Amino acid sequence: MSSKVHVQARINGDDVEFLCEPRQSLLEVLRDVLGYTGTKEGCNNGNCGACSVILEGRLVNSCLVFGFEIQGKELQTIEGMGSPEELHPVQQQFLENAALQCGICTPGFIVSTKALLDKNPDPTEAEVRYWLAGNLCRCTGYDKIVRAVLDAAKAIKNS
Amino acid sequence: MHAFDFANPQSVPDAVGLLQKHGDRARVLAGGTDVIVQLREGRRSADLVVDIKEIPDVNVLSYSATTGAKIGAAVPCYRIYGNEEIAGAYPGIMDAASLVGGIAVQGRASLGGNLCNASPAADTIPTMIVHSAVCTVAGPSGTRQVAVEDFCTGPGRNVLESGEFLVAFDIPAPSANSGGFYLRFIPRNEMDIAVVGAGAYVVLNADKSKFESARIAVGAVAPTPLFVREAGEALAGQAVSDASIERACELARAAASPIDDMRGTADYRKHLTGVLTKRAIQGAVQRAKES
Ligand SMILES: Cc1cc2nc3c(=O)[nH]c(=O)nc-3n(C[C@H](O)[C@H](O)[C@H](O)COP(=O)(O)OP(=O)(O)OC[C@H]3O[C@@H](n4cnc5c(N)ncnc54)[C@H](O)[C@@H]3O)c2cc1C
Ligand code: FES
Ligand code: FES
Repeated sequence: MSSKVHVQARINGDDVEFLCEPRQSLLEVLRDVLGYTGTKEGCNNGNCGACSVILEGRLVNSCLVFGFEIQGKELQTIEGMGSPEELHPVQQQFLENAALQCGICTPGFIVSTKALLDKNPDPTEAEVRYWLAGNLCRCTGYDKIVRAVLDAAKAIKNS
Repeated sequence: MHAFDFANPQSVPDAVGLLQKHGDRARVLAGGTDVIVQLREGRRSADLVVDIKEIPDVNVLSYSATTGAKIGAAVPCYRIYGNEEIAGAYPGIMDAASLVGGIAVQGRASLGGNLCNASPAADTIPTMIVHSAVCTVAGPSGTRQVAVEDFCTGPGRNVLESGEFLVAFDIPAPSANSGGFYLRFIPRNEMDIAVVGAGAYVVLNADKSKFESARIAVGAVAPTPLFVREAGEALAGQAVSDASIERACELARAAASPIDDMRGTADYRKHLTGVLTKRAIQGAVQRAKES
């Protein structure tokens, strides 16, 4: 019954066009239509933050956005951050602090951290913990993640 | 998820036309933080999703010290607490807007969605009630005004009729010597649903020793967020004292008719209603004294 929608957007600086069903979430579009599988699905209901992306400069859960809503918009995903040769400072500090175990939550934490540091380059530990309250991790117990974020803030400041 | 079409009307009349044509098979989309989950889980279904976010009227955010604030129904929380004038004038609304979900939810969640979703535990409704916010509702026969305290009719139900949607809120400018406050109790420190929530707005006299007027509302203790008119009225004309505040808290406790659920027993919620109402009044008084 419903016809596919044609959507044009900018993702990580590239012009992207795709067709999607109105009911497909941005998360489904990223993973299943466009092959951007760095963005993860955890809960699919807004609670875990594994699907975090930055839409028009704002951190959002891509499972709580419809694909058609990004028409004409600017999106940043984990794929736009660093490369295997040159990691983003947040990625580098997650590695150095061993801030991940299974890794399913990691892209979400890294995107969420980028959104935090873009806005507040020098957060306190409490600010980091509140900002990341929407990102869940079943493995690390969070302390190493919080340390990685604080170290990334320092690394960015000193670079 | 059931397949549907979507529309993104550019004006209020276009949206009303679509909602009228599709009746209860149409569903409004604002920030989507409730409705996308509900459609996915089959708790709601729709043939047409009407994304209202391209309509200028639902994106308005303005403030004047004489007429107060106008907040479009779809303005996300982060824009509201990011607006210095509005955040400065209504700290009691900011308490709630910065509690809804986490940062990513606040990037999308609107006050209009919070109200229309009509959860008994919705955080922004009690605070909008105590600030005397009024809704502008558009529909097939024009627009009408509805006070926020009259908007919800039951869990997930509201006064909107077929073809109608919520366009914006008007909030009166804060009076001199006034203060607003909202708080809730949750087991976590962040990202949880209120076990009980309480909002207060108080106006003090010139030397700030007496209440001139007050409004109290509580959440998660009745089928809808609850305006406890008599609790505020009991404060009017009274000295700011533990005794007068305690009396208002008793009235709030008496008005609460909570249920037992996984977040707390009815008895516990009744008790919390008193505790949080007291803290909300004290917080509002403190802000009025600092104003
Ligand atoms: C992880 C998570 C945490 C949350 N935490 C909280 C919390 O702490 N406190 C809290 O109160 N809520 C919380 N919520 C619920 C939700 O975020 C809020 O209720 C939010 O304010 C809904 O706004 P929205 O713009 O996303 O609404 P939507 O999901 O777009 O809409 C909600 C409902 O209202 C209808 N609607 C929306 N706008 C209009 C309009 N203008 N006219 C007519 N109908 C309309 C929709 O059709 C739908 O039925 C949470 C949600 C998630 C996913
Ligand atoms: S998958 Fe989107 S928040 Fe969990
Ligand atoms: S590393 Fe496994 S969930 Fe976070």
